[in-house]
Amino acid sequence: MLKTALEALHNVKDPEIETISIVDLGMVEQIKVEGQSVLVKLLPTFMGCPALDIIQKNVEGELGKAGIFEKIEVQFIYHPPWTSDRVTETGRIKLKEFGIAPPPKFMSETGEWHVDCPFCGSAYTTMDNLFGPTACRSILYCKSCRNPFEAMKPVSTMM
Amino acid sequence: MTEPAGNMPIDAKIKPPMTSLLYQLADDDFILAYRGSEWLGLAPHIEEDVAFSSISQDTMGHAAMFYQLLADLGEGNVDSLAHARKTSERRNAVLLELVNGPGHYLSSAQYDWAFAVVRNYFYTQAKKIRMDSLKNSSYQPLAEVALKVNMELYYHLLHWKTWFIQLMQAGGEARTRMEAAIGRVLADFEGVLNLGPLAKEMAEHGLIEKEEVLKQRWLFIMKPVFETVKLAVSEADLAMKTGNGRIGEHTADLDDALSTLSEVYNINPAASW
Repeated sequence: MLKTALEALHNVKDPEIETISIVDLGMVEQIKVEGQSVLVKLLPTFMGCPALDIIQKNVEGELGKAGIFEKIEVQFIYHPPWTSDRVTETGRIKLKEFGIAPPPKFMSETGEWHVDCPFCGSAYTTMDNLFGPTACRSILYCKSCRNPFEAMKPVSTMM
Repeated sequence: MTEPAGNMPIDAKIKPPMTSLLYQLADDDFILAYRGSEWLGLAPHIEEDVAFSSISQDTMGHAAMFYQLLADLGEGNVDSLAHARKTSERRNAVLLELVNGPGHYLSSAQYDWAFAVVRNYFYTQAKKIRMDSLKNSSYQPLAEVALKVNMELYYHLLHWKTWFIQLMQAGGEARTRMEAAIGRVLADFEGVLNLGPLAKEMAEHGLIEKEEVLKQRWLFIMKPVFETVKLAVSEADLAMKTGNGRIGEHTADLDDALSTLSEVYNINPAASW
């Protein structure tokens, strides 16, 4: 049953990035199956994210489709906090396919970070705006292929 | 929607300072996020519109978390805490409720960007100090929220500090307007740094550090920044000219803001959003 639940959660995509599932985004902290009930604990990426309600509905929908759970509960918890290193390797590939650079794995002590262009792979990129179209993304520009692109913001408890 | 924190019984003696602190944290973020949202479309350039609205959205998210912690303590539901409380029940610092400038955001707005930069930078730094202290709060659900808020705050602080230093070093009209804004903000900044009548109890129960410690920390962190931009600021410049929001003293600016922001909510308070 746990396997069925996890498979169902793989079908729940980020409402704004349709290639990546909430599992690959690292949002799923716990799936608890007891008898016919399932409880899913999710970590919000950013707190003010308006997609949370949609994600909750979609999780309930996908788990309902599995047809084996009588009681479905979704909770958002803050602890542990979501950090950008929770994005899986598959998730990083999926983000790139969508044209969004995955969050940098490494950040310098001064807080500076760098990402490569998701289109041409060039390291010759500049930060245009730390804040992007959604709370979790920044806007960058590739000086090599001359495309603007977005990157997932690095978020860590070290900040 | 969130995990109830109610599984941790709270001592009757701790509850008043606990809720007092949470109301301050929630109301501060709530009203400043609202003022930030009024800037949408009016910021100096389009990238700033994107950044400022993103920051305001995060800040509103933080307010929602603090209201949720109050809801978990039996203070009512999140929507009514945010929308249905009267001016006299609000505990935000007065500085944060003041209008962005003359005019209305729909017409003839003459908002002051210098005031926005100074108010947001000084507040965000004070909030950062508060969150760092709250990470060690004796109330675990609050400590967890603080850790989460802190990660998002990192970007806000970086943003406002950059604006502050650049405008201060620009000279000319920018410098003149920034200095005027700094005067206005400092005249009520004591109202932001103060933790209200139960500050002592908050510290005694380990909810947050002493008000004075946090205030000195703010001055200490700001000092090198002020030196960089060649500005003399001392502790004596901090005042609470317009009133003490922590005891429910507020301005007509807050009345107006509350009646605007709760307009839709009041059409049908029982509706589910």
